Amino acid sequence: MIEDPRVKMFRYIIIYTVLTVGAIVMMVPLLWTVSTSLKTRDKITIRRLELIPDPVAWENYPYLFEARPILQYTRNTMIIVVASLFGAWVPCTLAGYAFARIPFPGRNIFFGILLATMMLPYVVRLIPLFLFFDEIGWTRTFGPLILPRVLGHNAFYIFLYRQFFRGIPEDIYDSARIDGCSEFGVWWRIFMPMSRPVLAAVSIFAFSFAWNDFLNPLIYLGSNKELWTLALGLNALQGFEGEDNSLNLIMVFSMLMIIPMLIVFYFGQKHLISGVTAQGSLKG
Amino acid sequence: MAQASLKAKHDQTDITWKTRFQEWWFRNRALIGFAFILPWFAGFIIFDAAPFIYNLYLSFTDYQIGTVGTPPWIGLENYTKIFTADKLFSKSMYNTVYYLGFSVPLRLIFAFLVALILNLRVRGMELYRTLFYVPSVVPLVAATVIFAGFLNTRYGFLNQFLVLIGAMPVRWLSSPDAIKPSLILLSLWGFGGQMIIFLAGLQSIPEDLYEAAAIDGGTGWHRLVYITVPLMTPTIFFNLLLGLIGGFQVFEQVFILIGTNGGPLQAGLVYMLHVYNKAFRDFEFGYSAALSVILFLIIFVLTLMVVYTSNRWVFYGDAQDDEI
Repeated sequence: MIEDPRVKMFRYIIIYTVLTVGAIVMMVPLLWTVSTSLKTRDKITIRRLELIPDPVAWENYPYLFEARPILQYTRNTMIIVVASLFGAWVPCTLAGYAFARIPFPGRNIFFGILLATMMLPYVVRLIPLFLFFDEIGWTRTFGPLILPRVLGHNAFYIFLYRQFFRGIPEDIYDSARIDGCSEFGVWWRIFMPMSRPVLAAVSIFAFSFAWNDFLNPLIYLGSNKELWTLALGLNALQGFEGEDNSLNLIMVFSMLMIIPMLIVFYFGQKHLISGVTAQGSLKG
Repeated sequence: MAQASLKAKHDQTDITWKTRFQEWWFRNRALIGFAFILPWFAGFIIFDAAPFIYNLYLSFTDYQIGTVGTPPWIGLENYTKIFTADKLFSKSMYNTVYYLGFSVPLRLIFAFLVALILNLRVRGMELYRTLFYVPSVVPLVAATVIFAGFLNTRYGFLNQFLVLIGAMPVRWLSSPDAIKPSLILLSLWGFGGQMIIFLAGLQSIPEDLYEAAAIDGGTGWHRLVYITVPLMTPTIFFNLLLGLIGGFQVFEQVFILIGTNGGPLQAGLVYMLHVYNKAFRDFEFGYSAALSVILFLIIFVLTLMVVYTSNRWVFYGDAQDDEI
């Protein structure tokens, strides 16, 4: 079955046209963001389409650091990110390991509970948690944001680890145990090093959820400007001096939030798919 | 010689110590299992079980900002008020269902179609994959403020572009008719996450199935309808479910884009915004808890419904393997 070269050519043209138009449509908001972030104050209020900024206002970037406590926002966000990564690496992997490899009484029941909590929407826990943290005086502190993360309170991560760990051949586990390795040792010396793909994938999730979190910082830190995260700072900038004439600064801020995410995803993209789907290939 | 025996002796004591330690570990294996899941379980009690039960209890009480001590029990009063007297309940429910009724299926369709094209083996596909995926990496808060500017009536790109091509500009965020389409537009921009999942699914379909179809004279359409789509139904189904659950809880975008009031004529007042306002603006915690319980029930029933009916229309490729 040999295809007519003209038909093939025609097909390629259609494919590339569709893809290129689609890609442009998808990228336009971002290109516009970059362009607006480099426009001077009087250029953003011109009511005519102008994609290339003239003059290019590089000074918008350093200016935002003067106008807003960006470094403080970043530090506050990083505190939450670090708590999140710790939780994803230690308590979540330990729990995933126990669910995958250690037979303890009631394991299936506990695992069922874990799965059920994945379907429990946050909204039915929001108000009691707020009242609870208010009661113990933790509102306006990082406590309510850090405690669940440090405990590894994320069923999804534990589930991913468990699936991955189950894919690691039983023989490796058995021989390590026969050689006198403790459960803790097996987890640390064998399972953790073998699980780089899933660790990378979960780390990306943990980083991006902490980086993007908005509702929790809003509820708990909203009234304490000292502890604002980047997301809260960006949202507040929107209402800064009326939304129209600070559009360039809003876009500078947006770029500052986007670039770290792009870097994380650029380095992690290999693992993102393989880490989440690898259990299929490892299982054998 | 002497040295060797000394070493052997040393090893022996070392081994007995180790063996004892090992035995202790084995005996306490169950205990270790519990210890390993303890942080998660503590989190489950503090952040899932206790708040869930307390929320249910709160929904039957009149807990407001000034309430001291035990909140007064008012039975089903909150619920009857929601269903009979709360105009914003039906309004916000309508807005939410409108929003997800469009955004969820459209996102799935876009993600699936684009994944199909991106799965073709032509040159430069890596670049296109990246370009389609990048918008979904943008943090939601950033994506939303970008859209607030992008859709700005006078200075936003979209209206300036519409004027350029001779069309009428639209008041995207300040006219009641355009708010929900604007929110749907924003949600469509992030279809890349689902697209990547579909792409991974498409790439895991065994090549020999397509080869077999080609030998039997199947066209591209046949391959799509009889191989690709059936094999992808678990993934599609899973993403549909997640989309619906997420769609009912849409909040941040609306909060940032049009504020807590829900915009003109409250056309953008989604359900979560109503819950948020009742709790954190009006401090009617009991009432808000009742609203949240209703949302939970909807999500719960939805989950059960989709899971229950899924085995009728979802094709799980590994079903036979399980039986062997």
